[in-house]
Amino acid sequence: MPYSAPLAGWGRYPVRDCTVWQPTTAQALHETLGPLPVSIARGNGRSYGDASLNPEATIDMRRLDRLIAFDDATGAMECEAGVLLSDLVAAFVPRGWFPPVTPGTRMVTIGGMIASDVHGKNHHVAGSFCDHVDWFDLDLGDGRVLRCSRTENPDLFAATCGGMGLTGIVVRAAFRMLRIETAFMRQRTIRVGNLDQALSVFEQSHGSTYSVAWIDCMATGRHLGRSAILLGEHARVDELDERRRAAPLARPVRKPKTVPIDFPGFALSGFNVKMFNHLYYAMQRPGDEVVDIDPYFYPLDALFEWNRIYGRRGFVQYQSVLPLAESETGMRRLLEAISAAGAGSFLAVLKRMGPQSFGMLSFPMEGYTLALDFPATPGNLQLLERLDAITADHGGRVYLTKDARVSAQMFAAGYPRLQEFRNLRAQYGLDQRFSSLLSQRLGL
Amino acid sequence: MLASPVLILGARSDIGRALAKGYAAQGCEVILAARGDISADATDLALRSQAKVRSVSFDVTDGKPDAFFDALGVVPGTIVMVAGLLGDQAESAAHDEAAQKVMDSNYNGPSRYLLAAARRMASVPDACIIGISSVAGERGRASNFVYGSAKAGFTAFLSGLRNAHAKTGLHVMTVKPGFVRTQMTAGMKLSPVMTAEPEQVADAIIKAQGRKADVIYTLGRWRLVMAIIRAIPEPIFKKLSL
Repeated sequence: MPYSAPLAGWGRYPVRDCTVWQPTTAQALHETLGPLPVSIARGNGRSYGDASLNPEATIDMRRLDRLIAFDDATGAMECEAGVLLSDLVAAFVPRGWFPPVTPGTRMVTIGGMIASDVHGKNHHVAGSFCDHVDWFDLDLGDGRVLRCSRTENPDLFAATCGGMGLTGIVVRAAFRMLRIETAFMRQRTIRVGNLDQALSVFEQSHGSTYSVAWIDCMATGRHLGRSAILLGEHARVDELDERRRAAPLARPVRKPKTVPIDFPGFALSGFNVKMFNHLYYAMQRPGDEVVDIDPYFYPLDALFEWNRIYGRRGFVQYQSVLPLAESETGMRRLLEAISAAGAGSFLAVLKRMGPQSFGMLSFPMEGYTLALDFPATPGNLQLLERLDAITADHGGRVYLTKDARVSAQMFAAGYPRLQEFRNLRAQYGLDQRFSSLLSQRLGL
Repeated sequence: MLASPVLILGARSDIGRALAKGYAAQGCEVILAARGDISADATDLALRSQAKVRSVSFDVTDGKPDAFFDALGVVPGTIVMVAGLLGDQAESAAHDEAAQKVMDSNYNGPSRYLLAAARRMASVPDACIIGISSVAGERGRASNFVYGSAKAGFTAFLSGLRNAHAKTGLHVMTVKPGFVRTQMTAGMKLSPVMTAEPEQVADAIIKAQGRKADVIYTLGRWRLVMAIIRAIPEPIFKKLSL
């Protein structure tokens, strides 16, 4: 039975009343989709904007959360689409396996990771999540459930990877987990004083499995782009001290703290954000250390409902990527626009990405990506329009998973395979059966 | 001490699933029992927890508890009766069949299954029977008294069973979860302060079994709320719309 509930993405902007179905089996899902004119799947609601909202019919996938098979010799995992990454991490890190690609939160479903073709700090070497997916079963909503892979229905496979749930509903998927020896990371912190140095460190760090920079987006002038770059490797057993070596895969469980209230708007005043950025930069001690795997990959998961820091009106996350050749000038212009507006975010992240993936609407491209979040105020929304213009000028694109407000025109300019995607949707009749507020906004 | 294997009767429900995960995480062998085929859930749980898990078919209203336990092939150390049916009060009031189904699913069926279980478990060390009853059983209300009265009966049954086995090794625990965020309550506007997640309920039950608690409210504040509701004089209570 469906019910009605106000739903939002992680940014809590926009919020809409949606009719929600929560099937508990693949068969129930199939029977739910049959009579529905149009719908969209929703995983754990961690995309930031309107991608998982359809007021007429939103399919909550979290009850399709069963593991189906796991091969401890090869790491081959088969599971339903609503399985949470956090459950995989909890169950399999102690057995020496880690997801091949992980976004900055583990509170996402496998289906959501495919729909967003998520990337992690290892994109430059490992590609995005769908590069590790062997196949999935896709319910087209018209009675057909098709196995999709690089060889079977490859067109649907390429459209669904990064396709924002608009090509049907992934029911179950198979992918490869990554062998790890320990539940620890070797981390190297490098502080750099400006953007040029940051880019140059990234270009010299292709050999590092994981790399990411936290960037002080309030710094200006000759400090523009000053950053703390974090390089990481899965630690081997022989790299641990004696105490940790006794239980190399033990994963200390910390009870997450919860942000208890919606912060008032003034908590995010320019002054506070500037101080935070200043202190955070100062706290990043250069050098090498061994750290736990959880805080390394998921620092914000330690704070439940951290989105409440941005108050009741919600926030928007902005993430764009620029092609390599344009990155230096483009990133400089983006950072100048942000610092000039004085609208910095607590955590701005810069990362070198590897080659474009096979997904038609997959976000990553070879170059640099910048991600930041802002309270959803009128002034900030205007700033984002300027950031769009700069991104477009340099041949970049915005990440739909983070987006709640980009224009159809801006979106189309960044995704050269959009027409191919639209054609495929029309060919399979998917444009009539799957839509979200995001697809309606962008004319997908 | 959690006695294995743990038999979850009504394993498809959200509380049943959370309990199965909780017991498996404690290293218990788990048997999932639900209507139809629940083997996919057993596979899932075994992969996650590396615990020994199997599934059996079970219908609380089938009236064949002895046949069920005979076919099980093992005497459980712990049984949790999660099966139940909220039903729809208006429908139960209008149609005898609907009322009977609610009564069978919440009182007749669960009680008969647990009688059959108790006959077999009295001599099992650390044996424990846990019944999920409801705060709805503490006072009949216009909005759900068919369900509530069946749960009231089940609560009385559990208390009597506990009393009867006070001198055998078999412990009996009554659980009154209050509001829980489950399929059964999806879309209802529930007070967040009074509503527990299924995982919270499961944690509370497993911890309470360890200390051999008799009656638990999984959220302690419900004990106070229900004490107040029970204390309202009937002439006033009957005029309230609760």
